[in-house]
Amino acid sequence: MTLRNRLKARLGFNRVVSSVFTGIVTFFSLLMVVPLVLILSFITIKGVTQLHWALFVSDERGGGILNAIVGSGEMVLIAVVLAVPVAVLTGVYLAEARNSKIAEVMRITVDVFQGIPSIVLGIIAYVWLVVPLRSFSGLSGAVALAIMMIPIIIKNTEESLILVPAQMKEAAYGLGAPFHKVILQIVLPAAMSGVLTGILLATARILGETAPLLFTSFGGPDLNYNLTRPMEALPPLIFKYAQSPRDDWVATAWASSFVLVVVVLFLNLLTKLVLRRWKH
Amino acid sequence: MANLSSKGAGAETLLASPGASAPGGLGKSARGFLARTAERGFRSSLIFSVVLVFAVIVAMMFSLTMFSLPAIQHTGWSIFTGTNWDPANDQFGALPFIVGTILTSVLALIISFPFSLSIALFLGEYQRSGWLASLLTTAIELLAGIPSIIYGAFGLFVMVPLMQQWELTMVSSGVIPLGVGILTASILLAIMIIPYSASLAREVIRLTPQDLKEAAYAMGGSRFAVIRFVTLPYSFSGIFAGQLLAFGRALGETMAVAMVIGNQNIMPEGLFSAGSTIATVIANEYPEASGVHIAALTEIGLILFLITIVFGFAGRIIINRMGMRGTA
Repeated sequence: MTLRNRLKARLGFNRVVSSVFTGIVTFFSLLMVVPLVLILSFITIKGVTQLHWALFVSDERGGGILNAIVGSGEMVLIAVVLAVPVAVLTGVYLAEARNSKIAEVMRITVDVFQGIPSIVLGIIAYVWLVVPLRSFSGLSGAVALAIMMIPIIIKNTEESLILVPAQMKEAAYGLGAPFHKVILQIVLPAAMSGVLTGILLATARILGETAPLLFTSFGGPDLNYNLTRPMEALPPLIFKYAQSPRDDWVATAWASSFVLVVVVLFLNLLTKLVLRRWKH
Repeated sequence: MANLSSKGAGAETLLASPGASAPGGLGKSARGFLARTAERGFRSSLIFSVVLVFAVIVAMMFSLTMFSLPAIQHTGWSIFTGTNWDPANDQFGALPFIVGTILTSVLALIISFPFSLSIALFLGEYQRSGWLASLLTTAIELLAGIPSIIYGAFGLFVMVPLMQQWELTMVSSGVIPLGVGILTASILLAIMIIPYSASLAREVIRLTPQDLKEAAYAMGGSRFAVIRFVTLPYSFSGIFAGQLLAFGRALGETMAVAMVIGNQNIMPEGLFSAGSTIATVIANEYPEASGVHIAALTEIGLILFLITIVFGFAGRIIINRMGMRGTA
């Protein structure tokens, strides 16, 4: 065999290996769409058929899930109110004092914070609130969810603030604007889409969260607006009903799953829209 | 992103004396006073928030340790080595849960790796844009957004019966067809962590310098050769960091695992055996526990907390050294 032929054969072989590899990569990548389609279609098909109006107007004693919807809404709202100011201000600090030692330490702290399993945050809220108050309560659940939101909002705020052009700030300082006005009236509005994205993402995350609520808000079958008493939420309700032997409870679990998925995915979609709308 | 940071104001600017840049700082007029107060208030609220977030983390460690003290005194080191978890008789050996946690997470990582690496290569190297890329990106984002309780319900109602069917064909070799168990939990976990490791790996793969790749192409390298000898070596540590972060996430995952692992407080005997993880035991027993039992559950929570911190820390250090910001 001549050198030329050997080279040709070698190149041909390489080309075959390369296209086989391309095929494998494409195959494995597209295979990931399968579980997504399966999950969404199962939840939709099983869930939609179990939806009926009574679910949304009566609590569990009446065969509905109104108490869980109210509980989820109330706890998530309290969590947002507790977490957003602290998290956004911390994000501002990290972006503005970017090179300081404190910011460096905080940045690692926030990263580690984000990795803490949600079940551990449940234990924290239990130790901090359930034990002293001697009762499971919606408030303790909301605190656990708030702690979960904080690192997500901090990171998104910091990252979007860093992208605000330095010239904008310099111009404002040049006009004699004090630091707080520069931040509140120039930097934060310019970075609004990123900050909002963080808040929406964090809200979507905690809305589907179950583990930290199991032994903090605990749940109860009655419609309850009182944060100092046990409070039901959608994800723990699904957990409870899905594993029950009763067919009508399993049916309610499917319907609740569908409602939860629709709300969470809607929030994710909203996040994308916000990003697109305010992109500079 | 990173090169902007050099223009950032240092701590000195932020912490400079409040009235320095406020207009009307000379006079004693009410306006000047108000402006200075607002300025001082804003600066203090920034510092306050940072201190608060830091204090929360420290207080968490402290509370977990204090609350698990009774169990630490009662059980000592044998919580790591004991295999008998019997709350009724105050026996707290958590080794079966530790083994269950690590086993399911490692298996999930192994199962997910070909998928996450393929997705990362597909989106970072083959199809950076186009309809197929945006379809896949959307799919990954949706997978990441689905709550774990939904994965659990899916696992319970769809995967468990399928696994049972498969296990029924292996009854002759001693497999008990439970449907639930270590392997079912690992597969479900694998699906859940793919978005995290894939998105980070994609970012590092995209960072591979174009001129390096062009040089390799110019020497007659095929696409596979360029990936094998340029892209993968260049992005190895980033991919590794992504795996560490995904591993940390798998360790702490609770609900989905609790619904498909079988929740038996026994040492797993094989892939098809039922078992428990640290997180699922806490979820199942914490609401009704008291005394030393609740302290022991808190202690294994603390152990889980420390393990995830170690992996999170290692992953972050690698990412920060690469000078990029992770999104996962």
